[in-house]
Amino acid sequence: MSKARGLADLGNVYDDGALSNRSKIINGAMVIDQRNAGASVAVSGSGSAYSTDRWSGFNSSDGAFTLQQVTDAPTGFTHSLKFTTTTADASLGSTQHVGLRQMIEGYNVSDLAFGSSDAKTVTVSFWVKSSLTGAFGGALLNAAENRSFPFSYTINSADTWEYKTVTITGDTTGSWSTGNSTGFRLTFGLGVGSSYSGTAGAWTSSAYTYSVTGAVSVIGTLNATWQITGVQLEVGDTATPFEHPRSYSDELSRCQRYFYSAADGTAQALGMGVYYTTTQMFGAITFPVTMRATPTLAAASGSQYYEFIRDGGADYFNSLSLGNRTTNKIGEIQNDSEVGGTGRIGYGGWIRTDNSSVYVHFDAEL
Amino acid sequence: MNITSAKYTDNDNAIIQATIDGTEMSVPLDPANRHYAEIMRQVEAGTLVVAEAD
Repeated sequence: MSKARGLADLGNVYDDGALSNRSKIINGAMVIDQRNAGASVAVSGSGSAYSTDRWSGFNSSDGAFTLQQVTDAPTGFTHSLKFTTTTADASLGSTQHVGLRQMIEGYNVSDLAFGSSDAKTVTVSFWVKSSLTGAFGGALLNAAENRSFPFSYTINSADTWEYKTVTITGDTTGSWSTGNSTGFRLTFGLGVGSSYSGTAGAWTSSAYTYSVTGAVSVIGTLNATWQITGVQLEVGDTATPFEHPRSYSDELSRCQRYFYSAADGTAQALGMGVYYTTTQMFGAITFPVTMRATPTLAAASGSQYYEFIRDGGADYFNSLSLGNRTTNKIGEIQNDSEVGGTGRIGYGGWIRTDNSSVYVHFDAEL
Repeated sequence: MNITSAKYTDNDNAIIQATIDGTEMSVPLDPANRHYAEIMRQVEAGTLVVAEAD
């Protein structure tokens, strides 16, 4: 894109009232991967899994795939998210579906006024690369998945990064959340059955329309790959250059509203705690940002996975659980079983991990 | 979500200890929490029972 063209496009965006913080997508450049740190994630059977932050793959097919943050990326980017078919399903049932999505919080799209006569046009842009070519599909949906705008994009050359843009007229009907629940679902279909596919370029009330009819099915070909990065969703009918000026810390903070990894590995501090009884310890973990909702705690458990350092010694315990005063600002944690310690009521101490397999994750995803 | 077990902890029934997609999780009773919402959806559908605390 020429400098003149870029400035002209930014001028159009200025008219729409969004010269900075234009993108509604978080982690569109796939740089944050708190859960997996670049490790591959397998998705088989019926289910879904997160790979890079905010991006989840969903699978309702007889096939299987992996998702992985990789460093293969177009010029100007450092990472992409790679989908690889590990078990092909070449004959999808009519309601089977495979794809990648990001759910956008209602607060972040409330200015777009979807569901009203003032609904604004938005444009999605992204870089994509696949071992397959042809017409691929995706869709923008509401939370209830009963309003959908399927879109099509064409990959012309195999294994080559290509830039795509899709303009979507604002939906003047339907129910669209503007609070802390799901506002938008941006979906890239990578194999979607006929009942969940629709016509590109128009809003439909047909439920669960994730892609366009006849789109390429990546899950249908063993070892097929599809990669994406630089995803941006912004107001207006013009795609502007990717919003790179966001710092890494800014992007990480945005991700941590939905997922926070407090520890991954051994000898990592979790915070202060105190013995409430001789065997019951309570501690607090202050979240780096206010989370979207009161989060779920997923913490690894195993023999002496955690230690409580106090009074010149240490007590060990196997697992952590969430206390009932947890909010979306502070996580109250407690040990589930005291192991071989000599706790005394009122002792304060320091909680830390004591095994390389430990993870302590807080999840407030949509 | 594949929820294979769910049980209130003894903290005033304010937390559910659940196994979700093979992972042990502590789930708060916040309707905006996706895991709690799914537990409640499955309870209402009659496919899941949240056991009482010990």
